[in-house]
Amino acid sequence: MSGADAADQRQKAFIGRFLAHVPHLAALGIRYRAHGPDWAELEMPYAPHLVAYPETGVIASGAIFSLMDTASGLAVVMRMAELQPHATLDLRCDYLRPAEPGRTVVGRAECLKLTRRIAFVRGIAHDGDPDHPVAHVAGTFMLTAAA
Amino acid sequence: MTVLSDLPPYAATLGIVPNPDGSLTMPFAPSLIGAPGRIHGGALAGLLELAALRAVLEALEPGATAKPINVTVDYLREGRMEDTHARATITRLGRRVANVRAEAWQDSPDRLVVAARLNILVDRPAPAVP
Repeated sequence: MSGADAADQRQKAFIGRFLAHVPHLAALGIRYRAHGPDWAELEMPYAPHLVAYPETGVIASGAIFSLMDTASGLAVVMRMAELQPHATLDLRCDYLRPAEPGRTVVGRAECLKLTRRIAFVRGIAHDGDPDHPVAHVAGTFMLTAAA
Repeated sequence: MTVLSDLPPYAATLGIVPNPDGSLTMPFAPSLIGAPGRIHGGALAGLLELAALRAVLEALEPGATAKPINVTVDYLREGRMEDTHARATITRLGRRVANVRAEAWQDSPDRLVVAARLNILVDRPAPAVP
């Protein structure tokens, strides 16, 4: 294993541990899927307790927002050279279409720009085909420890 | 329509309960925690969406449906491990779209924790033919 691979494995293990200790993510079933230098991908398997429309079985947009907020924050962490405290400043989510009942929703976000105090992110959620997204997000994060 | 009975499974997952004045309360629960000591921003957003949808459904005739088109959430303060309350105001209720503002607070309504603007797609039943 090369040094870069080892670093990647360490980063992946860190993300797994980090996510496993967030109670709200456990409550929604959100878990790690993939990451890169400036992006992160999470997944949220379909579950009855996420449903907002019992007549159709469609899950709540709020659950997708949680998925994308988390993926966005993780993308910011991936972009940082070292972990710094940060908080969501704002996040906009466009709900392009309902997620198909029964399908796992995948949330992928990338950090477009990281300044000393602000990080800019965008991302999409899809339920199988990234070219046919269910949601689109754009947001900013604040690095809370920055002077 | 009694929206009280319409709170969906996702609202139960967040533990949200309706109040007589139309506002919603999300009592603190460990399952809401995101970062250590803080309520997850997604749970707060979920609360705001439900408050907005509830306000729109209550303003519409029975049989109407409301679905969020988009939401923009501003995070103003950290959500502490306390009960959170939310209310929504309809800026404009049109034939197809409702423009809504929603906000949530913990200790005082003067100290908002999150605020959101939502566009909500409205589907109203066809009027009865005279």
